[in-house]
Amino acid sequence: MLSYLIRRIVNAVITLLVVTMVTFGIFFAVPTITGSDPALLYIGKTADQASLDGIRTKLGLDDPIPVQYGKFIKGLVAGRDYASGNDVTHCDAPCLGYSFKTEQEVTPLLLSDIPVTLSLALGAAVLWVLIGVATGVLSALRRGSFLDRAAMTGALAGVSLPIYFTGQLALLIFIHWLGWLPDTAYTPFLENPASWFTGLILPWVTLAFLFAATYARLTRANMLETLNEDYIRTARSKGLTERTVIGKHGLRAVLTPLVTIFGLDFGTLLAGAILTEQVFNLRGLGYQALTAIRQNDLPVILGVTLLAAIFIVVINLIVDLLYSVIDPRVRLG
Amino acid sequence: MSSTTTGTRPFLEVKDLTVRFETDDGIVQAVSNSSFAVERGKTLGIVGESGSGKSVTSLAVLGLHRTRSNAKVAGEIWLDDQELVTATDEDVRKLRGGKMAMIFQDPLSAMHPYYTVGAQIVEGYRVHHKGVSKKEARTRTIDMLARVGIPQPEKRFNEYGHQFSGGMRQRAMIAMALVNDPQLLIADEPTTALDVTVQAQILDLIRDLQDEFGSAVIMITHDLGVVAELADDVLVMYGGKIIERGPAADVFHEPQHPYTWGLLGSMPRLDRDVRDRLTPVKGTPPSLINLPDGCAFHPRCPYAGRNGNRSFTEVPELRGGVHAVACHLPAEEKRRIFHEEVAPNL
Amino acid sequence: MTDNLLEVSGLKMHFPITKGVFKRKVGAVRAVDGIDLAVKKGETLGLVGESGCGKSTTGRLMTRILEPTEGKVLFDGRDVSHVGQAGLRPLRRDVQMIFQDPYSSLNPRHTVGSIISAPLQIQNIPTPNGLKSAVQDLLKLVGLNPEHYNRYPHEFSGGQRQRIGIARALALRPKLIVADEPVSALDVSIQAQVVNLLDDLQREFDLTYVFIAHDLSVVRHISDRVAVMYLGRVVEIADREQLYKNPRHPYTVALMSAVPVPDPARRERAQRNRVLLTGDVPSPINPPSGCRFRTRCWKAQDICATEDPALIPRLEDPASHQTACHFPVTEDEVVAGRRPAGAQA
Ligand SMILES: Nc1ncnc2c1ncn2[C@@H]1O[C@H](COP(=O)(O)OP(=O)(O)OP(=O)(O)O)[C@@H](O)[C@H]1O
Ligand SMILES: Nc1ncnc2c1ncn2[C@@H]1O[C@H](COP(=O)(O)OP(=O)(O)O)[C@@H](O)[C@H]1O
Ligand code: SF4
Ligand code: SF4
Ligand SMILES: [Mg+2]
Ligand SMILES: [Mg+2]
Repeated sequence: MLSYLIRRIVNAVITLLVVTMVTFGIFFAVPTITGSDPALLYIGKTADQASLDGIRTKLGLDDPIPVQYGKFIKGLVAGRDYASGNDVTHCDAPCLGYSFKTEQEVTPLLLSDIPVTLSLALGAAVLWVLIGVATGVLSALRRGSFLDRAAMTGALAGVSLPIYFTGQLALLIFIHWLGWLPDTAYTPFLENPASWFTGLILPWVTLAFLFAATYARLTRANMLETLNEDYIRTARSKGLTERTVIGKHGLRAVLTPLVTIFGLDFGTLLAGAILTEQVFNLRGLGYQALTAIRQNDLPVILGVTLLAAIFIVVINLIVDLLYSVIDPRVRLG
Repeated sequence: MSSTTTGTRPFLEVKDLTVRFETDDGIVQAVSNSSFAVERGKTLGIVGESGSGKSVTSLAVLGLHRTRSNAKVAGEIWLDDQELVTATDEDVRKLRGGKMAMIFQDPLSAMHPYYTVGAQIVEGYRVHHKGVSKKEARTRTIDMLARVGIPQPEKRFNEYGHQFSGGMRQRAMIAMALVNDPQLLIADEPTTALDVTVQAQILDLIRDLQDEFGSAVIMITHDLGVVAELADDVLVMYGGKIIERGPAADVFHEPQHPYTWGLLGSMPRLDRDVRDRLTPVKGTPPSLINLPDGCAFHPRCPYAGRNGNRSFTEVPELRGGVHAVACHLPAEEKRRIFHEEVAPNL
Repeated sequence: MTDNLLEVSGLKMHFPITKGVFKRKVGAVRAVDGIDLAVKKGETLGLVGESGCGKSTTGRLMTRILEPTEGKVLFDGRDVSHVGQAGLRPLRRDVQMIFQDPYSSLNPRHTVGSIISAPLQIQNIPTPNGLKSAVQDLLKLVGLNPEHYNRYPHEFSGGQRQRIGIARALALRPKLIVADEPVSALDVSIQAQVVNLLDDLQREFDLTYVFIAHDLSVVRHISDRVAVMYLGRVVEIADREQLYKNPRHPYTVALMSAVPVPDPARRERAQRNRVLLTGDVPSPINPPSGCRFRTRCWKAQDICATEDPALIPRLEDPASHQTACHFPVTEDEVVAGRRPAGAQA
């Protein structure tokens, strides 16, 4: 088990290294090669040659690309100093550099955005798992009933409609027409839990609807299959109540494979925050990314990309470990 | 719950059991008008080829078709003077795993992959012994595992089904079935997936446990050898019907139904000289959606025309005393055919 | 030179077990671990043993579906142990295999016609009256309706599918057919039909069979000689009658005594004479030292743990009867009834 753990973590670190290399390559190396100067991006077209050179030295843009990459990694791990003559700026680890536009450190900038994105994703995830699994189980148990057909039609809509459509629709109906909810907005949880909740409930529900649909269909299909398994027959033949048979023996088998899919979806949601936050007008990582892209703010783009990769890798790691714990056949070979 | 038998009813009596399933392809007539009985301490063997309705019969006794909305069960099942077809779901549930228990064919798929073997047995014990602590249930389970011959039961308690060998798995399933001292044990092909050497161990174990606890056993199998080893009485099933029923010695030594002859002729036997050729039944088993008219066996029966046209039009009833047969051939004719035409080729 | 169609010697198949990112080899499943066998022209050699003892692997080595880790496979005097694709081509004509599971061994998307004709096309066999009629002849041969040329496997029952598998194997008129549990998945009545069919075909086409099964009565019925396998080795081999009447290896005795006898009158006797083996077959990753059967053998002594008994003939038996045991079961023990009743009229 321990060696498995270590192996997985080493794998994850290697994956992340590769991701940094590729993103770094794309964002910093390509402009250098094609002749569009990052220093120009940083300081603006009107700058004089002297300050431009100063910036170059300070950001290390004159170094060969591998050296730049090495410094970037060093900054991530140990922090780094940006120096041009006597002008020294220290950037603590994990250092992602400075925004070209606002000259702020990228790391704290992104860190302050994480709660927004995470709140959005976590709340939606809780909702969609609960709703999806419950609907799926009920549909499976009442197969062919009105409830089943209604739920599955709804699920089909959920799966096939894109978020910018359902999202806009929800905003229109619940906020603009009915006025039931305040505008979507992020209030830190510690500041005011109630506003945190009301500000996010609509995005949650809309996102949950999208994902719950998949979960309902999967749960239903898994449950129907599971109920035909021999071990369910064994459970019944022991005289267990239907509630135990389905709620314990059935659900355990149904949920285990869902863990993997959940990990993927959650990762996708975090990484794909751009679209969702855009729709709901929330200022999280996605918003940050979008702004950075518009403004050609390379360090921020690089930071967001890296963060997204970390999310996905870490979640996959967690899912794999979790899976090996809940499925003894994986754990014990 | 435990009313003692006072009347003349056998411990388990099944009368006119009929089970059908509604499917997209039509109605599957899985069991038709089956009647049989088993006493405590006795073993009933049910033989037949795959799809002949053996498992459906046994699942009906345990009331396990109740959760299938497409299944229709009719007839009477009396267990110790309690009628089970009309009993409530809750009443039948309480009997399941308690007074009557079942062992299945494939022990790997019959075990939950995510729960330890011990936990699964403990669960079965505690559902019938309310108020028993986890610790007591654990002790009981370990005793049971030891009783069925599983070495290091304390260690095995915490392992999963997939970590057991085939034989050990089936032993664990037997422990699970026997944990509440059932009075009726149904074993559905318990050794089909096992090697002969392991089969011999498992059959030995079942025999031992029956001697010890005096329970009634229904042994379902397609292997006539297994039936001959264990059964006091035998049912032969074909196309969802009982076509021959009687004491094991009678059915094996004086089989009366052409299908039973066919089964015996199909199997090479270690206790006889090698025959030049086997004498199999021709053709294939019928579809239970579209049973042939008259005697369901007639398309494969070499004697179908011997008695006028009745075989083709009229369903033969199961007739006779202790040894009953469902075939239109007159009794003396059957005896003669068996001794003159069939027996010499076995 | 000899009348042996197939000879294997010192045959080993070790499947490596690897671990970790770098696929480090940490051991091997010794599925077949040193066997010598010869199959004579025109005979049926039966291969029996408990599951996992290496029967199928032996079969797949004989047909060169697998390449042996060690040892030799001689077909018709030619060493085919390590020949490549080109060298295997003629072998693929002469040696065919039939599998246990008639459901999974036929491609569900191909018609029976294309399944059976595939080997003919691959090997470029001329068919004077056309491919279709060649296939229809084969269907007739195995007792299927030639009209069913265009049907798909799922339209057939298990027994019929097994017949399709046999027809496919026969298409190239092979000399040797290795049948791996060809009747195990079938119902008793269908089993007998297929056994009889295999018998008929052998007579008609002078076929040589290697018949793998775990059912000892079926193997006795169909084989001329029988080899008993245990943990990757042949522990006993003899002519059928000799083996079933005078089993010498304790494992053979136990195996045969475990077969239930379909006669309630003999129940008591069969049970009394039964040698019940305890425990399971040990892992082929780490087989016991010395004699592999010693962990379950009731005759085992100290020497059995240190010395691996060779497969050799014994004085009182014909040379064709070989046993790998330091203390073979004696005539007296056999007579005393440590086995199911022998052949009886
Ligand atoms: N839930 C079900 N729905 C529809 N048909 C069913 C169902 N269960 C069983 N059957 C049908 O009932 C018939 C008898 O089934 P059963 O499982 O009793 O056969 P069996 O004699 O035990 O065969 P096997 O040896 O293959 O287990 C078969 O034709 C089967 O397809
Ligand atoms: N491809 C493989 N990789 C690893 N082990 C294998 C492989 N094929 C077979 N084995 C192992 O080899 C042993 C013998 O297998 P096999 O010949 O299939 O046995 P059987 O007698 O049941 O036909 C078994 O322990 C099996 O698990
Ligand atoms: S009733 Fe007729 S067809 Fe049926 S078994 Fe008897 S003789 Fe054969
Ligand atoms: S060599 Fe020894 S252990 Fe092996 S079979 Fe013979 S007596 Fe038994
Ligand atoms: Mg069955
Ligand atoms: Mg095999």
